[in-house]
Amino acid sequence: MVRGRLAWRVGRLAEVRDETPTARTLVLDVPGWPGHLAGQHVDLRLTAEDGYRTTRTYSLAAPADGDRIAITVQRVPGGEVSPYLTEVFAVGDPVELRGPVGGWFVWRPTAPDPVLLVAGGAGIVPLMAMIRARRAAGSRAPVKLLYSVRTPADVYYAGELRRPEPGLDVTVVYTRKAPADWPGEPHRIGIADVNTAGWPAEFAPQCFVCGPTGFVETMADVLVALGHDPRRVKTERFGPSGS
Amino acid sequence: MSELFEDGNALAGPAGEIFAVDITSATTRCVSCGRADAVAALRVYRHAPGLVARCPGCDAVVLKLVRGRDAAWLDLTGTSSLRIPLPEG
Ligand SMILES: Cc1cc2nc3c(=O)[nH]c(=O)nc-3n(C[C@H](O)[C@H](O)[C@H](O)COP(=O)(O)OP(=O)(O)OC[C@H]3O[C@@H](n4cnc5c(N)ncnc54)[C@H](O)[C@@H]3O)c2cc1C
Ligand SMILES: [Zn+2]
Repeated sequence: MVRGRLAWRVGRLAEVRDETPTARTLVLDVPGWPGHLAGQHVDLRLTAEDGYRTTRTYSLAAPADGDRIAITVQRVPGGEVSPYLTEVFAVGDPVELRGPVGGWFVWRPTAPDPVLLVAGGAGIVPLMAMIRARRAAGSRAPVKLLYSVRTPADVYYAGELRRPEPGLDVTVVYTRKAPADWPGEPHRIGIADVNTAGWPAEFAPQCFVCGPTGFVETMADVLVALGHDPRRVKTERFGPSGS
Repeated sequence: MSELFEDGNALAGPAGEIFAVDITSATTRCVSCGRADAVAALRVYRHAPGLVARCPGCDAVVLKLVRGRDAAWLDLTGTSSLRIPLPEG
């Protein structure tokens, strides 16, 4: 993707939606937004009164709606930026951002191949952008989502993911506490889950894995062990995590 | 607990200040072991004020990017080549 040199622009918070007790979707108005692909992200920059600046990266959660973009931020306890974005940042407030950036961890609705999406926690965000882009484009690419969360209350976009959608299969795995009607005990996603909820390697799906670093490493290894071509397994790590 | 790194996707913004093309989808070849990977698949460590990207195969430093007040400094000593996908122009 060729474009002009990347510069900072100012966005304004237009709307917030709480996804879980610790995650919030922020809808930003960004005048002149050029559009983006599912899987791309933005860098947000905050400047303190004393001039101290810090930057963090957030995946775009949905296709652009004109000049409106959405991100979903999970509050990391003790974090510098995410508690501000989820608890203090208010409708009407400005924020500096640049993007869209990233051209590798992206899915194009014109691709017909089957897709496997594997998400851990907040890693659902760019994968949800892919699911929404597929819907918006009327793509028929068959998609399976395998989503690891701690408890039922930690499912982002829960209402939307529960609604049946042709060609989209959603499997949620709970690591700490499962709903009463869930078969099995809470556990970390393992090779059996990926084998059952994913595509056989012979189908040559495009695989996208996103979440905390440790989760992503494990899942990428599992996919390769199941015979998937490492070049078709794309990963995005959100950074350290104790989960 | 788990390793303190992100991946090369995190370089997209900082590199986007310098290059007009997305370099995270470029293929980089590691000088020390010869392995070729997408820049997006490198292991990125944040050593303020810079970013250090290491080879997932041999852990050698492949790329360093430091943003100063009035300049960016890019060290590609560990990279023998970068193959950048470009649409026909
Ligand atoms: C390409 C990319 C896309 C990302 N997309 C999203 C997104 O869509 N939504 C989102 O919520 N986050 C996303 N992140 C993570 C985000 O950039 C920040 O790292 C995160 O919000 C924590 O920032 P902080 O300033 O609150 O914490 P910091 O002040 O940076 O860190 C505080 C403490 O938390 C630990 N920590 C840092 N990051 C995480 C993490 N992600 N999980 C658990 N512990 C952590 C640190 O090691 C440290 O001990 C993405 C990261 C990358 C590289
Ligand atoms: Zn190497």
